[in-house]
Amino acid sequence: MTRRVAWSGLLLAAVLAWLVAGPLLVVFAEAAGADVAAFTREPTEWQALWASLWISAASVALSALLGVPLAFVFERYDFPGRRVLGALVALPAVMPPLVGVIAFYFLYGETGFVSHALQAAFRLDGAPWRLQGPGAILLVHAYSMYVYFYLFVRAALARMDASVLEAAASLGAGGAETFRRVTLPLLRPALAGAALLTFMTSLGSFSAPLLYGGGFRVMTTQIRNTSVNGDQALALLETAVLTTVALLGFALVQWQEKGASVASVGKGTPPALRTIANPFARRAAAAAGWLLAALLLLPHATLLLISFVPVGTWSTEALPPVLALGNYRQMLTEKERLGSLLNSLWMATAATAGAIALALWAGPIVARGRRALGRVIETLLALPWAVPGTVLAIAMATMFSVRAPWFGRFVLVGTVAILPLAYLVRNLPLTGRAVLAGFRQLDPSLDEAARSLGAGRWRRLLRVTMPLLMPALAAGGSLAFVTALGDFVVSVILDTYANRPISAQIFSSLRVNELGVAAAFGVLLMVVSGAALGLGARAGGGR
Amino acid sequence: MSAYLRLEKLTKSFPGHLAVDDVSLEVARGEIVALLGPSGSGKTTTLRLLAGFETPDAGRVVVDAEDVTDLPPERRRFGMVFQNYALFPHLDVGANVGFGLRLPREAASRRVAVVLAMVDLAGFERRAVTALSGGQQQRVALARSLAPEPRVLLLDEPLSNLDPSLRERTRRELREAIQRVGITTVFVTHEQEEAFDLGDRVALLHEGRLEQVGNPDELYDRPASAFVAGFVGRANSLPGELAGRAAGTTVQVRPERLRFDPAGSIAGTVTARRFAGGGAYFTVGAANGLILDVFARHDAATVGQAVRIAVDRVLFPPGEPR
Repeated sequence: MTRRVAWSGLLLAAVLAWLVAGPLLVVFAEAAGADVAAFTREPTEWQALWASLWISAASVALSALLGVPLAFVFERYDFPGRRVLGALVALPAVMPPLVGVIAFYFLYGETGFVSHALQAAFRLDGAPWRLQGPGAILLVHAYSMYVYFYLFVRAALARMDASVLEAAASLGAGGAETFRRVTLPLLRPALAGAALLTFMTSLGSFSAPLLYGGGFRVMTTQIRNTSVNGDQALALLETAVLTTVALLGFALVQWQEKGASVASVGKGTPPALRTIANPFARRAAAAAGWLLAALLLLPHATLLLISFVPVGTWSTEALPPVLALGNYRQMLTEKERLGSLLNSLWMATAATAGAIALALWAGPIVARGRRALGRVIETLLALPWAVPGTVLAIAMATMFSVRAPWFGRFVLVGTVAILPLAYLVRNLPLTGRAVLAGFRQLDPSLDEAARSLGAGRWRRLLRVTMPLLMPALAAGGSLAFVTALGDFVVSVILDTYANRPISAQIFSSLRVNELGVAAAFGVLLMVVSGAALGLGARAGGGR
Repeated sequence: MSAYLRLEKLTKSFPGHLAVDDVSLEVARGEIVALLGPSGSGKTTTLRLLAGFETPDAGRVVVDAEDVTDLPPERRRFGMVFQNYALFPHLDVGANVGFGLRLPREAASRRVAVVLAMVDLAGFERRAVTALSGGQQQRVALARSLAPEPRVLLLDEPLSNLDPSLRERTRRELREAIQRVGITTVFVTHEQEEAFDLGDRVALLHEGRLEQVGNPDELYDRPASAFVAGFVGRANSLPGELAGRAAGTTVQVRPERLRFDPAGSIAGTVTARRFAGGGAYFTVGAANGLILDVFARHDAATVGQAVRIAVDRVLFPPGEPR
């Protein structure tokens, strides 16, 4: 039994090393052959690296500025509509990055609604601003990433024990002092977690810099540019540099999580919600909340509206003159477009299923097997999270462009297989984290009870382990599916004509100015993503 | 006594400590044996070795003349009731009880009904296990382990998760259910009362070793070691010469075997008195810091009184006082 676990663990570690560590090692190995000296003398490279870093740091600051106060408002105060609004505020999370980016374009771009409206209102000759450069990127980042701070801090506040705050008060601490000396230290792990997640996401962000960057380059767009220009050696070197920065961040996350558990000693209840007594203030708070929700929902609404605008019918009017279903019809009847829809669906499904299978394989080994091996497996499962999509795509493309079976290298580039394989690797941290957490919460005596009742390995897996892991599987699986379905950054590098996904279709529609079709695809992605996440949450919640 | 279940020289060590050290025990068919001992004595590990969740470093487990030492738990046909019951939360009562059955649907549900009736839970099939009280959950766990008609029933601290007020009743019900089935049973407990009440015999473990096996009277009256004497019931430790034994030895004496007697060999002063129904425990401070517990009629002495104490009978080591 123990021996079987050990063998199975070694095999799994080998598979993960092949899929996760292999491509990265190949990148470093091949980058070492490039002209490193020339790279370090090139000012544009340093500028791109610096841009990546400061944009990420600024994204963290802006997201925290938005997300933390929102978390306090929704977790500590009661006002009409708190529940619904609290859920709506998390909505940017269901928008795939590329979709969010085009929604912003329709809304705040030079020809977007807001600029249209301002132009009309103040009788301006041209657009009041250009949605371009670092400011535009930061706007999109703050909009899509404050959700991390909001969700993390809200969860931490909900877990906080009211008696701890009461104890501080009884010891003579006022509101400000309690906040500084009790609340804030207790929130530290949540804040650090959200900050690192935002930083890493921002470091790997590709869609926003690509569409709004203009001449302003960050590392991810720099890599793509170099690659498109045909200098593969330099592209690999840039990839290696970005990987190094990302891995430093990853190490920081691992280290931070180790000391993160500022555990509450008791099992207290969170403080009661403070009701706003003043009726005027109550109404004002509710109004502000709804206004905010409307602001956050504007991109979604814009996308929906544009998706009904037939190509070439809307030029200078403030609102589109014609609305029709033509774009949706095109999407569902034209063979190529429908094809991309089906491509995305099957690839996301296959990648999610594969990532779940690997996570289930890892579960018992990490939760109950040998310590050292378990830690290696867990690290390999989490590693792709740290790797920016661009890096992963380039690394996979490099690894699988050569035939060297003894090193696990096969020619997959240009085949249908490589894109879903890359999705699978990207999904590993999502399914892995959820499933491992599920396994750790499993009471081992349940498995033992099933054994003592005569149930063999597969029967125990199917009838005890899987049903009990259902919430974790649903949560991790739906998140993985949504990520793969909406992926743009990996797809744009690895797709082939035979398996172009939705995001590539959106991008090419944008280029030929078929905005309505792009929007229709965006709406579809949003709806399917929302449905998948909703389904996952339902299966996970049980009630 | 023909042994149905035999533990032969079982030894199991974990990194850094020896959990079970050369334990041998024979259990007759239909007998109920309690594994009693303080925490860390190796009783739970012994039970897990029996169930097959741990593999012994040395020794064998034999049931009905079959060596099952290397058989995995799922093929041992030993029923087990876990300390936290380990009921499957995603299955209802009926599906929990029927989990181990390999029968056609009809026959399985009949068997489930029979076993549930046996533990006084007839008609509970469709209930959610999470909606049951602690006592009911315990009985569902028992029914689940009995349903496949195991050869041996193992129980890990079966009553420790229950309210004290519920424990005595549940203990009685548990004993009745086990006796009705007539199954060979080994259970683990750290409560003496539970061990003596439920077990036909009690096996006392200490630091991984089996100290003594016997019925409650044997353990109480004829302890095989100083540890048994001290662990089962109360005992005073005193220098041998005060009890008429060789100097330099230590002997164990029960409080009720000490007596206030003006001719007694030990002098001391009563420092406290604790009422205990039919009598009282008197704490007596004697010379050299020796403190003794004496059980006597409650009016036998008062606090502060100077007394002399005689030893009636030494519990351990065996032998009569001169």
